[in-house]
Amino acid sequence: MDSTAVETTVRSVLADQGKLSEDAHSIAVDADLYRAGMTSHASVNVMLGLEDEFDIEFPEERLTKATFTSVQSITEAVEAIRND
Amino acid sequence: MTESTVLTEAPRAQDTPEDRVERNAARAEAVARVAREHAESVDEEGRFPREAIDEARAQGLLAAPVSEADGGLGYSITELCRMLERVGRECTSTAMILAMHHSQTLCLTRHADTEYLREFTRRVATEGLLLASATTEVNIGGDTRTSTCAVRPIGDGRVHLHKTCPVISYGAYADAILVTARASEDAASSDQVLLVVEAAHLELERQRGWDALGMRGTCSESFELDATTRADAMFETLFETISAQTMLPGAHCLWASAWLGMATQAGLTARSVVQKAARKTPGTTPPSALRLAELEVQLQAMTDVVRSSVARYEAAYDDPAACESMQFAIAMNTLKVSGAEAVRRIVGDALVIVGITGFANRSPVSLARLYRDSIGPSLMVNNDRILQHTATMQLVSRGQR
Repeated sequence: MDSTAVETTVRSVLADQGKLSEDAHSIAVDADLYRAGMTSHASVNVMLGLEDEFDIEFPEERLTKATFTSVQSITEAVEAIRND
Repeated sequence: MTESTVLTEAPRAQDTPEDRVERNAARAEAVARVAREHAESVDEEGRFPREAIDEARAQGLLAAPVSEADGGLGYSITELCRMLERVGRECTSTAMILAMHHSQTLCLTRHADTEYLREFTRRVATEGLLLASATTEVNIGGDTRTSTCAVRPIGDGRVHLHKTCPVISYGAYADAILVTARASEDAASSDQVLLVVEAAHLELERQRGWDALGMRGTCSESFELDATTRADAMFETLFETISAQTMLPGAHCLWASAWLGMATQAGLTARSVVQKAARKTPGTTPPSALRLAELEVQLQAMTDVVRSSVARYEAAYDDPAACESMQFAIAMNTLKVSGAEAVRRIVGDALVIVGITGFANRSPVSLARLYRDSIGPSLMVNNDRILQHTATMQLVSRGQR
């Protein structure tokens, strides 16, 4: 799965779980998801969705706000974990 | 402002850590003495503990965490928490007001990021200002990370805000209130800012008084809050950051320390009663001594949890990533729940050891007021809500502590 495919899947999980006030498929790649309405509760559901979709586990050190700030930061984290 | 003997003392040339500990203890002792003297009338009349808060101001303790350069005492979070342990032994209301006040002063000392806010922080020290907070709102179910009300610019560098507040503890007695609101009328409910509103810039319309079982002096009344203030009274740092790094861990460490003081006092009372009985029967350990030993297990555990949590926050204090990590958030949540449960159990168990004289309202070893107060911690920010947040985080946590 290349970067673009990962990003597409990330966006679809965000659309399902992120409770964003904007369209997750078109939100800017670096837009702040928390400012777009994602609560910390929703961010946990996003994590669960991503873990299921990519069959990964986010390690403790990545369970920070920074990891889930934007489509870009999530995509980078998912790729890093998949490449580990 | 009343006399401020300790506050105005010049820094000593050779100040050892022991000197500092001793001076801090003397300040706490002074407040504890006044708090003890008035605790009964504060409770009976359900009134603001004016005398003890005045003494805290006179001792410079209202500005304790403000840097010495800005006129404060430069207390660390650990030093603040030890002070609350001491005051918590004498008057729960005084200790909780100081704890809630310092949850707010810490937001200023750590996040003041406009010229007005930096100047206001200095004024907290020079004028001995008392700060309250309005973080809960009607219809948000007590979740402080959600707001309905919004800040509205009204031109001229000013903003307006109206908030329906189910509780503002000692709101009617505060010199300023730190209020949360959505950043704008278009903002999502979680996109919040924190702003300082001085008493002169707000109108509080009391909706409901405070005649409660315990913590009666906190005067936790409900208000309609209407504020018009300068736009730079708003922190530029988003509230979610302030909440994660400071307000939540700060509040839980400070509250739990006050509760530890309450539990400690109950334990001391039970101990004095058991020892008195032992003196009457030398050679025979009184049956109540076994209960006292059981109580000691709980007291030691609570002391260790509270103090090690405070030490953990102290260690993470200057590391935003550590403060915003999930394991830290879970630790600070469990601190609140375990502290609240522990104080309720310990004071209740101590009361059983003391017996009927502890049950009496008028007795030198009465634990009646403390017992009523000890229920409060489990209800103020309900433990179930905190467990709910923790449960959510547990779904992805890897269990590191």
